[in-house]
Amino acid sequence: MSNPIETKPAEAERPPGLRWKARFPLLSLIVERLLLSILLLFAVSVLIFGGVEALPGDFATTYLGQSATPQAVANIRSELGLDRPLVTRYVSWLGGALQGDFGTSWASRNSVSEQVGRRLGNSLFLAGFAALIAVPLAVGLGMLSVHFRNRMPDKIINVLSLAAISLPEFFIGYLLILYFAVNFGIATFPATVYEGMGFLERLQTIALPTATLVLVVLAHMMRMTRAAILSVMSSAYMETAELKGLSAARSIVKHAAPNALAPIINVVALNLAYLVVGVVVVEVVFVYPGMGQYMVDAVTVRDMPVVQACGLIFAAVYILLNMLADILAIVANPRLRHPR
Amino acid sequence: MPELSTGLLSVRNLKIEATSYPPGEPPKRITIVDGVSFDLAKGKVLGLIGESGAGKSTIGLAALAYGRGGAEITGGEVKLNGTDILALGKGGIRKVRGARVCYVAQSAAAAFNPAHKLGDQVIEASIKHGLMSRDEARKRALYLFQVLGLPNPEAFGDRFPHQVSGGQLQRAMTAMALCPNPELIVFDEPTTALDVTTQIDVLAAIKHAIEETRTAALYITHDLAVVAQISDDIMVLRYGKTVEYGPVQQIIEAPRQDYTRALVNVRQAIRHEAADQSRPLLSVDNVSAQYSNGFKVLHDVSLHLCRGQTLAIVGESGSGKSTLARVITGLLPPSDGRISFDGKPLTPSLKRRSRDELRRIQLIYQMADTAMNPRQTVRDIIGRPLTFYDGLRGAAKTAKVKELLEQIEMGTGFIDRYPAELSGGQKQRVAIARALAARPELILCDEPTSALDPLVAEGILKLLARLQEDQQLSYVFITHDIAIVRAIADSVAVMHRGRLVRFGPKSQALSPPFDDYTDLLLKSVPEMKLGWLEQVLATRRMESAGN
Amino acid sequence: MRLREIPITAWVGIFGILLAIFCALFAPWVAPYGETEVVGGVWQEADAQFFFGLDNLGRDILSRLIFGARTTLFVAFAATLVSFSLGIVLSFIAAVSGGLIDTVFSRFNDLMMSIPTLIFALVVLAVLPQHILILILVMAVLDSTRVYRLGRAVALDVAVMEFVEAARLRGEGTAWIIFREILPNTLSPLLAEFGLRFAFAILFLSTLSFLGLGIQPPTADWGGMVKDNKDGIIFGIAAALVPGSAIAALCICVNLVVDWLLKRTSSLKGGRGDA
Repeated sequence: MSNPIETKPAEAERPPGLRWKARFPLLSLIVERLLLSILLLFAVSVLIFGGVEALPGDFATTYLGQSATPQAVANIRSELGLDRPLVTRYVSWLGGALQGDFGTSWASRNSVSEQVGRRLGNSLFLAGFAALIAVPLAVGLGMLSVHFRNRMPDKIINVLSLAAISLPEFFIGYLLILYFAVNFGIATFPATVYEGMGFLERLQTIALPTATLVLVVLAHMMRMTRAAILSVMSSAYMETAELKGLSAARSIVKHAAPNALAPIINVVALNLAYLVVGVVVVEVVFVYPGMGQYMVDAVTVRDMPVVQACGLIFAAVYILLNMLADILAIVANPRLRHPR
Repeated sequence: MPELSTGLLSVRNLKIEATSYPPGEPPKRITIVDGVSFDLAKGKVLGLIGESGAGKSTIGLAALAYGRGGAEITGGEVKLNGTDILALGKGGIRKVRGARVCYVAQSAAAAFNPAHKLGDQVIEASIKHGLMSRDEARKRALYLFQVLGLPNPEAFGDRFPHQVSGGQLQRAMTAMALCPNPELIVFDEPTTALDVTTQIDVLAAIKHAIEETRTAALYITHDLAVVAQISDDIMVLRYGKTVEYGPVQQIIEAPRQDYTRALVNVRQAIRHEAADQSRPLLSVDNVSAQYSNGFKVLHDVSLHLCRGQTLAIVGESGSGKSTLARVITGLLPPSDGRISFDGKPLTPSLKRRSRDELRRIQLIYQMADTAMNPRQTVRDIIGRPLTFYDGLRGAAKTAKVKELLEQIEMGTGFIDRYPAELSGGQKQRVAIARALAARPELILCDEPTSALDPLVAEGILKLLARLQEDQQLSYVFITHDIAIVRAIADSVAVMHRGRLVRFGPKSQALSPPFDDYTDLLLKSVPEMKLGWLEQVLATRRMESAGN
Repeated sequence: MRLREIPITAWVGIFGILLAIFCALFAPWVAPYGETEVVGGVWQEADAQFFFGLDNLGRDILSRLIFGARTTLFVAFAATLVSFSLGIVLSFIAAVSGGLIDTVFSRFNDLMMSIPTLIFALVVLAVLPQHILILILVMAVLDSTRVYRLGRAVALDVAVMEFVEAARLRGEGTAWIIFREILPNTLSPLLAEFGLRFAFAILFLSTLSFLGLGIQPPTADWGGMVKDNKDGIIFGIAAALVPGSAIAALCICVNLVVDWLLKRTSSLKGGRGDA
């Protein structure tokens, strides 16, 4: 008894691009994101390299400072390769970067890649550990505040998180140092880690920096999780569940959770990207030998190869995490997993 | 009033209130439902009819002891087989919902969870309430899919909500409500959001299913013609109170209250069509249009409109009727063909049109809420075209605005009000005044009454007719409602999937012989008489048997 | 809008902001000592004369805090104003024009946003001369990307409403549509966003100064003051926490006000927003 008129427009009428997209919506969206991210990365590398070159100020002169005689400037320029054309320099820089070779530091004359390798590991360890603690805590607190919506616990959590996102990272860091390291003497400062350090000892050393990072990111993530869950809870299908006489537990687990997954994953991934930036300040505060510390020191002395290398790597991690967030959100969307 | 027997559902003096928070004022308590009583016997259908805001959905949800969006049941009793469900605690009412009383929502598309298969959702409540095992539930779901006429019933349960159409979702929701063998189902405007040709199928399916399973039902709608096909009794509601309550025959054929009579007689007027003129005001010649992605929306459409007349363009969603309006206004330039206005070719693209060209063709939208800037007063909304086209300002502008307010039958006191302070009908009148302020010759009306209650819509149509007579206005009236077409049109164009299927003077266009689509369309419009649905279904069965 | 309707938390926020503005405007008259005046020993304890004690060079912390309010507020406000104007103008033009302009603007914005702000700032500040104007411009341009994203979303929300199309059909120009049709309907969310950006600007400026790349000494700036005094922490001297608390307090106040504004954002179809 179905309506014969109720069909979609004929397949042949749709342009070819639409046909491919319609058949594999999930795959084509993922590929699209991947390509976009790669493109972005290239554009960012151009921006970091070229932008720096296009800005005023001659490096050789700045680098030499007082002793900038024309001869010395010319020498330095040829030594650092600054006399070659722009495009050539970019290509060789990028080529090296793709192979993991970021050139030589102007300040220490050491290989940049060597330092980067070690420090990147340290930074990722710190960030990863902080994420491990922060994510479950944030999602849990978000769910708690939704459960007690507009009642006391929710209001308290709201005020505390509002305060937390207003505190600068260095403030939290020094506060923790003052109380836990100096006054109570139970934590380590500065957080120096080195090769061959035991795992447990490493964890102990980074306790304070981790706590700082967690506090910074927790508040943001919790607020966003709360908003995402609330939006799902007010959907029409939640009313249907209630009108079917389902228990609160079943409604939340079976009906709310699958739909809240995509937005929560998105929130978590975005905050992980934010963590990448937070690491920089925390490393400076705790004198932790990571990428952030490395970059800030290089910027202060204008050590360009290091600055460019660090900039590129940070940007790459950031872009990667954002891309992951996008892709996971796509995959978690049932409409795209099961096309028409 | 039918005798107050203690049947399946017995509602006495139901009172429902809510708190409203008007901006800038203290919160106040409003009564949504005020002392409503009715009875429903086993296997019978009661139609709850009224305009928006009458409280019918709220009453329907009260049968599940549920208050949506802050509505609280503050008085009365709702007895289901003798037990007052309003007195049950949380646990008790949970056992009733989804097992003894079920709900079919207006928008099935939003009511289903996009993350789960339809079949799982349909059988969920039955299993969770311990009424049947999973296998039994599956078998019952399959049976219901068949009774409701869903395509491929065996595979239907494995599909996701976004993979099926609106009409199928509405039927799936009905299956979900019927699955646990409830004593009562509440249908909340189940066919309002559907096209007319889909509506008749869903309606028939619901009627068939109710008869097969002997379930009692509350059928909520604002369309009296629809409810007349399916109910045993009807209750007419207005402002939360009962206006009239009786058997369907009495309500439809011998209504006692004026309000009921007005609802029954809506759109009975028929316009006598004017004769065709030699030179048309608007001429659309072989127009085709497509979107930027290459998708063709209009195919070779030709029609015309004479001065002082009304052309009604009828079609369902996706027919291209609104797109045609966009092409005429210049928002979407045609890819082929030409449009002429008053003998001269009309500049295809909006950006290139002269101010005069723009002035002479005006557009009225379906949703008056979003058609006006909420931050502007009525004075600014109506006054802007006066300033823009004629340079009127200050006192001259105010005088003209007041004049226009009188033309649209609204007092001059409205001049400093904001849109949020106006009712739906008032907003649409202001939109009409805004169009009139430009002194147009042609007004395109894009379903201006579809979002309004029947009686309010009637008022708007009468206003438009009067203005046409007074000012020799010409209208292109886009609608999906055949009753409106009969009441207001001189010529009719029927569109289907971007093509013009029929065009001519009203008397010709709406008389046989018909093409297949127009035939289907005309037959699907519910008529305000009992037994119409059975007639249509019987005709269909004969036709398919004869083929 | 009734004054009574404003919740306590918003009042606290408003008070804090006004206090900071007061200090910023009347610093030379309000501060007990000069900005760079040495009045005692290094890290001298707090007492009746020196309310917060002295810093690493013997300067009065309270006075430097008051002068710092001036610098911090001025730079943060200037940067927010520039970033907001830039972001809103570009995003509204993109939203209203659509098509190629929208695509080009938005893609470029996505590109700029794909580099984290701090990293980008570090790279750029490594090569640019140290000057307050440069600092403001760098902060403004980087932050405008966030404003652009929000502005475009908000403008598009309004732009798809039929009254905007009605204005277009009338023949109204782009300027009219942006300023008379769209902007008045987006004031609430935009105002709230301005507050958020301002709070972020304060934090960002302090961070840059803390890293040594923002305001240069001896000009008093809260982030710089933290940097100056951080070595005292290991000796149990809390001098660095005073400017840190000031930054935190000001940001909390701004966030409280923004929270209140966001709650008041009424739907477009509903109320008029403010009387």
